[in-house]
Amino acid sequence: MSATPQPDFAGHAISLTLNGEIRQLTVQPWTTLLDLLREQLDLVGTKKGCDHGQCGACTVLRDGKRINACLTLAIMCDGAKLTTIEGLAQEGQLHPMQQAFIKHDAFQCGYCTPGQICSAVGLANEGRATTDDEIKELMSGNLCRCGAYSNIRAAVQEVIPLLDAAPNQGGRRP
Amino acid sequence: MNPFSYSKPTDVSQAVNLAGPATRFIAGGTNLLDLMKENIARPEHLIDITGLPLTDIQETASGGLMIGALVSNADLAWHPLIESRYPLLSQAVLAGASPQLRNMASTGGNLLQRTRCYYFYDSTVPCNKREPGTGCPAKDGLNRIHAILGASEDCVATHPSDMCVALAALEAVVHVQGRAGKRQIEFADFHRLPGNTPERDNQLAEDELITAVELPAAGFAAHSHYLKIRDRASYAFALISVAAALELDGEIIRDVRLTLGGVAHKPWRDKAVETSLKGQAVSREAFVGAADAMLRDAQPLEHNAFKIKLARRAIVRALSDAATGGTRP
Repeated sequence: MSATPQPDFAGHAISLTLNGEIRQLTVQPWTTLLDLLREQLDLVGTKKGCDHGQCGACTVLRDGKRINACLTLAIMCDGAKLTTIEGLAQEGQLHPMQQAFIKHDAFQCGYCTPGQICSAVGLANEGRATTDDEIKELMSGNLCRCGAYSNIRAAVQEVIPLLDAAPNQGGRRP
Repeated sequence: MNPFSYSKPTDVSQAVNLAGPATRFIAGGTNLLDLMKENIARPEHLIDITGLPLTDIQETASGGLMIGALVSNADLAWHPLIESRYPLLSQAVLAGASPQLRNMASTGGNLLQRTRCYYFYDSTVPCNKREPGTGCPAKDGLNRIHAILGASEDCVATHPSDMCVALAALEAVVHVQGRAGKRQIEFADFHRLPGNTPERDNQLAEDELITAVELPAAGFAAHSHYLKIRDRASYAFALISVAAALELDGEIIRDVRLTLGGVAHKPWRDKAVETSLKGQAVSREAFVGAADAMLRDAQPLEHNAFKIKLARRAIVRALSDAATGGTRP
């Protein structure tokens, strides 16, 4: 094997698309994506809850897929397209999932909300939730200690019409 | 997390040439980074393998599938060929972790995840798996989630994976590459029982990288079921899980696979139990007999005797659901 290189305190140059903007950044290998967002880029919408992948508060979208930013190394996002809660609104208009969370009062303290919304957008992108039970199961990576789950489900249902919903609420592709 | 250096090789030979005692491969990172944050893993160098060409699922000449080690858990579970031919595997993967983690975690990494024994994760207490020779506080401690089969004086931890329980039942083959070349490991031989070396979870050498997991043709798609029992409805590790698969000729069992999760240091399979079921008709009595035989040598710890009863009932239910074609929970 080759000799183990010394830790790289100087950092590595990476390039990524963050909320639609190309960013050239220097990161140390041990910096998580969550710490990069919050500490280096001041994007504090993404929350640090457990920091161990158990609560979902740090959920962001990488290439359209929801991931836990706390268990992702920033250096491994070189070339990726990332969307955080700050990047969901377009041209001053909230994302439909954000609107639905407001309409259904889908939060109490709000700490888990950015992660819930990013996770729900990821869920919509996956196209796998066709029943209320499936929404429940496929949102289980996001904990809400206030227990706003029923309203969160109502908000998600509004944006992801269900196969088992009444026809006048809009059916969904099979 | 300790400081480390980082490299991202573009082919497997480069990757295995970089490997050494103080290095770790990283793909999804969902378990490794957690262990690094707890100072349980302290690599000096991370080899990022996500640039390697191991991301495909391909059909094999023998009618099976070759799953690249970097296929994510989500992509695996929702792949049309996995859903149609190996629903047992799809169900097992979807029973594990959360949607976010399944988007990140790789197929190879799932095999290499470490136990969730609380004492292993708590670096203020001894643990033979974490620091060989220091002792096992779980054996006489809070051991509700621990092993009932195949444990040793030195370690009573269980393997946490759901995917691996299905892969064991399906007789998958693990393809690995090291500096000395390539080899294939039968799934049953991949993970180890703890014995007096619980620090070793599996048979991989330090320079060996999992490149693929191969599924044989037999997927038991018509009659299989993955049953997982846990402390909450979703997003929790198994107390008991059962992968049950049957090949039926009318009511007669022609072939059967039965593997337990949450009970031992590796997915627990007993071929003698499977053999005794072959040729019998589907019946509750036959399934109860299989469950009793499977758990004959089970040894409870102070807090986990409930697991024996639970496993017995779970085996009967999983086999019954498999027999009635319960491929969807």
